Amino acid sequence: MGTKVNLISGRTIVQGQNLDNKLSEEYFSEVATCEMNKADMEKLGVTGGDSVKVKTSYGEVVVRAKGKEGTPEGVIFIPMGPWANAVVSGDTHGAGMPQYKGIDAEIEPTEEEVLHVKDLMKRYME
Amino acid sequence: MVEITDVVCSLCGCVCDDIVVEVEDNNVTKVKKGACSVGKSKLMGHGRIESPAIRENGSLKDCSYDDAIKKAAEILAAARRPLLYGWSSTVCEADKVGVELAEEIGAVIDNTASVCHGPSVLAIQDVGLPSCTLGEVKNRADLIIYWGANPAAAHANHMKRYSYITKGYWTAEGKKNKKLIVVDVRRTATAKMADVFLQIEQGKDYLVFSALRAMLYGYEDVVPEVVGGVSKKDLLETVRMMKEAKFGIIFFGMGVTHTGARHNNIVNAIQTTRAAHTHTKFNIMPMRGHYNVAGINQVCTWETGYPFAVDLSRGYAWYNPGEHSATDLLIRRECDVALFIASDPGAHFPGESIRHLAKIPVIQIDPFPNPTTEFADVVIPAAISGIEAEGNVYRMDNIPIRLRKLVDTEYMADEEILERILGEVRAIKEKEGE
Amino acid sequence: MVEELLIRNGVVYDPINGVNGEKKDICIRDGKVVEEVRNPKVIDAEGRVVMPGGVDIHAHIAGGKVNAGRLFRPEDGRKGREAKTKVCRAQSGYSVPNTFATGYRYAKMGYTFVMEAAMPPLAARHTHEEIVDIPILDNAALPLIDNNWMTMEYVKSGDTDLLAAYIAWMVKATKGYGVKVVNPGGTEAWAWAKNCDLNDAVPYFDVTPAEIVKGLAEATEKFEMPHSIHVHGNMLGHPGNYEVTTSTYDLVKGIKPYRDRPTMHATHTQFHSYGGTTWADFESKAGAIADYVNKNEHVSIDLGSVILGDTTTMTADGPMEYSLYQITGRKWTNHDVELETGSGITPFLYSGKVSVHTIQWAIGQELALLIKDPWKLALTTDHPNAGPFIGYPIIISMLMSKRRRDESAEDMHSAIYKRAELPSIDREYDLNEIAIITRGMAAKTLGLHEHGKGHLGVGADGDVAIYDLSPEEREAGKIQKAFLNTKYTIKGGEVVVKDGEVVAAPAGKTYFVTPECDPKLTDEMMTHLKDKFEHYYSVTFNNYPVQDAYVPNPYEIKAPWRS
Repeated sequence: MGTKVNLISGRTIVQGQNLDNKLSEEYFSEVATCEMNKADMEKLGVTGGDSVKVKTSYGEVVVRAKGKEGTPEGVIFIPMGPWANAVVSGDTHGAGMPQYKGIDAEIEPTEEEVLHVKDLMKRYME
Repeated sequence: MVEITDVVCSLCGCVCDDIVVEVEDNNVTKVKKGACSVGKSKLMGHGRIESPAIRENGSLKDCSYDDAIKKAAEILAAARRPLLYGWSSTVCEADKVGVELAEEIGAVIDNTASVCHGPSVLAIQDVGLPSCTLGEVKNRADLIIYWGANPAAAHANHMKRYSYITKGYWTAEGKKNKKLIVVDVRRTATAKMADVFLQIEQGKDYLVFSALRAMLYGYEDVVPEVVGGVSKKDLLETVRMMKEAKFGIIFFGMGVTHTGARHNNIVNAIQTTRAAHTHTKFNIMPMRGHYNVAGINQVCTWETGYPFAVDLSRGYAWYNPGEHSATDLLIRRECDVALFIASDPGAHFPGESIRHLAKIPVIQIDPFPNPTTEFADVVIPAAISGIEAEGNVYRMDNIPIRLRKLVDTEYMADEEILERILGEVRAIKEKEGE
Repeated sequence: MVEELLIRNGVVYDPINGVNGEKKDICIRDGKVVEEVRNPKVIDAEGRVVMPGGVDIHAHIAGGKVNAGRLFRPEDGRKGREAKTKVCRAQSGYSVPNTFATGYRYAKMGYTFVMEAAMPPLAARHTHEEIVDIPILDNAALPLIDNNWMTMEYVKSGDTDLLAAYIAWMVKATKGYGVKVVNPGGTEAWAWAKNCDLNDAVPYFDVTPAEIVKGLAEATEKFEMPHSIHVHGNMLGHPGNYEVTTSTYDLVKGIKPYRDRPTMHATHTQFHSYGGTTWADFESKAGAIADYVNKNEHVSIDLGSVILGDTTTMTADGPMEYSLYQITGRKWTNHDVELETGSGITPFLYSGKVSVHTIQWAIGQELALLIKDPWKLALTTDHPNAGPFIGYPIIISMLMSKRRRDESAEDMHSAIYKRAELPSIDREYDLNEIAIITRGMAAKTLGLHEHGKGHLGVGADGDVAIYDLSPEEREAGKIQKAFLNTKYTIKGGEVVVKDGEVVAAPAGKTYFVTPECDPKLTDEMMTHLKDKFEHYYSVTFNNYPVQDAYVPNPYEIKAPWRS
């Protein structure tokens, strides 16, 4: 059983710089991450760069933990992209818009590797 | 080496048009002035899709443009419920052909507003939008509010060119005589610059707008001591600043459109603006993401009557977002073919949608390889608008600006690719008609 | 191959050439009217009414605010749905139809030219992009040049020549047709949520709207401009505004026009002909306005006549739209444009059960009936402000039938008998007068008659409307029906509408004016203009002018400096 958190996703500057470069290492190292504040990291027992597994009703994904000041306790931020979208909701509530922010999630440390983008996409082909 | 001035950036909704670049040997070799780091990255270029390709036995095989276009046309002509999606990172000239293609095959045409400011459109259709051009903000605004928007990361030149940091006619001293309020869940880089930062609890935007609106109309008494994590004292201070401003503006981003209340948040944001307008000049503007997402909304509106999520299967335009927006169609597994142009649903759609895309024929038109390429069945590389092709785009404030062509290319422009697909589709249909 | 067309046996109304209901053949070769043809296709008009293609002097059909109107009114889009055909694209909308429907519907009414009445210069590319998507119609657009900081600064300094140089640059940069004025000074004031009456000082600029109008008229007449300044005055829609209106007309009285035309075209005059002090004692002052127009030669008008029902109001007059939204509480969009202009949009329902709307409805028709010389007025609804253009045939039938007006009045609010003049007016228009106010007058006032529009003389464009109407017909319903859907509309010699169906949809031409200004004057003006771009505009000087790519079918009219 992981720790309950509120998942949000959104843009970052490096994500933007690599918008046309999504198969790159730079995109991978920026976007396959999960920002949270120090207290939450301590609670989880992880440090920056450690793998964490994020699970929601819609899926699960492994990303690297990243300490970020200014993120409130109980909130995790995954930059918009394939890793975040593996666990957000496609229910649009009749408005056409999926829910990219405010998803109930559980997070836990994991030994599993973070999947590169091509391997991540392969999961949808199965 | 040639220096080109007045280069127009084809990255985000800011559409900066004062960039200076150097071109040597048909390559952009230096960005000398004007672009932010994100725009610069775009101008300097990345790895491309090298050849048109068709997927055979699970892997993409290179082919000619002719073959890829023909294959795409065959797939589209045979489709029963096709989806044509994207359109925001290309020029209006291509978008127009897209709408015509959608009419021809009775497709649903949707654009990235659907997963960006679609809820803002729904709100505007409910209450309207008191707004202005960005130059108005530059020259007049003494109070700038960023709400659920982080321009420091997403629109890096926005404050410098148009809002907080720039100097204009009545704002000759720049930020010295302006105030910046930021409302966000996280203390972002933008929030750190603010005079007032309201750190709200995630998903509580609606409540905070309601509180401000009540106060602007004089009903302080109904507002509790804490709303959405913000103290009444801070809310009162915000209201005081709004009332005392000569010209205020709210810029809002996906922090407001992506959360649970969706368009209801934006209706409330606009109503808050109208409430502020009873005291002083107040405007509101969505922070549009892609450089021409405003443009596809414009084109789609003047051609079909509606800005996004338009179903043309009846021969005329039918509009009901939430019924046939891209995500809804995919989640219901309704569409049987998808064409993606100038967008990357592989990266930006919820996984649940992608699971369906992996099962149906997908056509991709894009300059760059991306997660969508991983499951696309026909891949057609395109020239980069704003670098290799010119055309019209609309800035986030709906000001039209013409992208410049900086270098020559062998790649076909989006407009030409689509025109050729349309021509092939018509030829197939004519043959079938015989 | 020579394309020839002969329209035989029609009863022709071509007022510019003095042809009033004559049985006359029309010959067309290669798109132009000619004396005779040898081997033509023949259309037998069978004693039906034949007129030149209609010319609309003022309608909002393309550009930012029209599209903002479409975007925020999907409920309007649902009203006009028609599926695509082999010829036509899919159609939507009633008061804010999509671009394709706009072209088809005008063509079905026999119109072949429409003037887009308000183009914000900074967004001129947008207007042109939409115009390209309006099939069939020849067109032009009027750039807004009155709330511009450059204009106000030159008016204040009294540099009329520099103002003329600025006008020349602006009209060229926007591929525009002339000088549009909308709530001069008031729209700039609206950027601070304020408004201006005719003699108020504009905040920070220290000029009055009156000075702006006079300055622009003087500067415009420095060139051989085909059209005068085109004015939407101050205080539109306010009770008691008729004196502001006549005072505005007076401003240009002494200015000598470049040729035989007025020095001011005052648009949608219905909205400017109001008496009373509040909505409670609101009354028609059409009589006072008509009296002025009858006695003077320097002003032409168009009606802005009301069509009852729902519509979408839109104007560069931002404060007016805000007032309207305050009245209705319906949705409201506003878009102020840096250094130049603004705009507002709100839906509106004209109801015959409401006293004010009933009086407004009467005023538009009163103006047409009380102004003696039809060459002084054009039929418009200020589409879509007083109602959509598709309502023109209703107005035509009203003007031609006293009986229809009386019957309509009976169903409307009784205020029409107390605070309007319409029920007491007996005049009825004949077809020649209808031809004047729907084509001849507009073409002449725009100077387009010299470029083949609005008449059927030899050399004119082969734009012809054949209405399924006998000249003797007096039944209003039949008149209305005939003017809604032509038997034939011919555009440049090509049949585009037959029996009310669009059968071809060729692209229209865009008319634009090139005022020619002394280079020295232009250079001096340019130092001031470049400073504006350097410091205050949000786009660069080099990215500002409309590129040729936006006007694929250009028709240039040169306007030399008057010696």
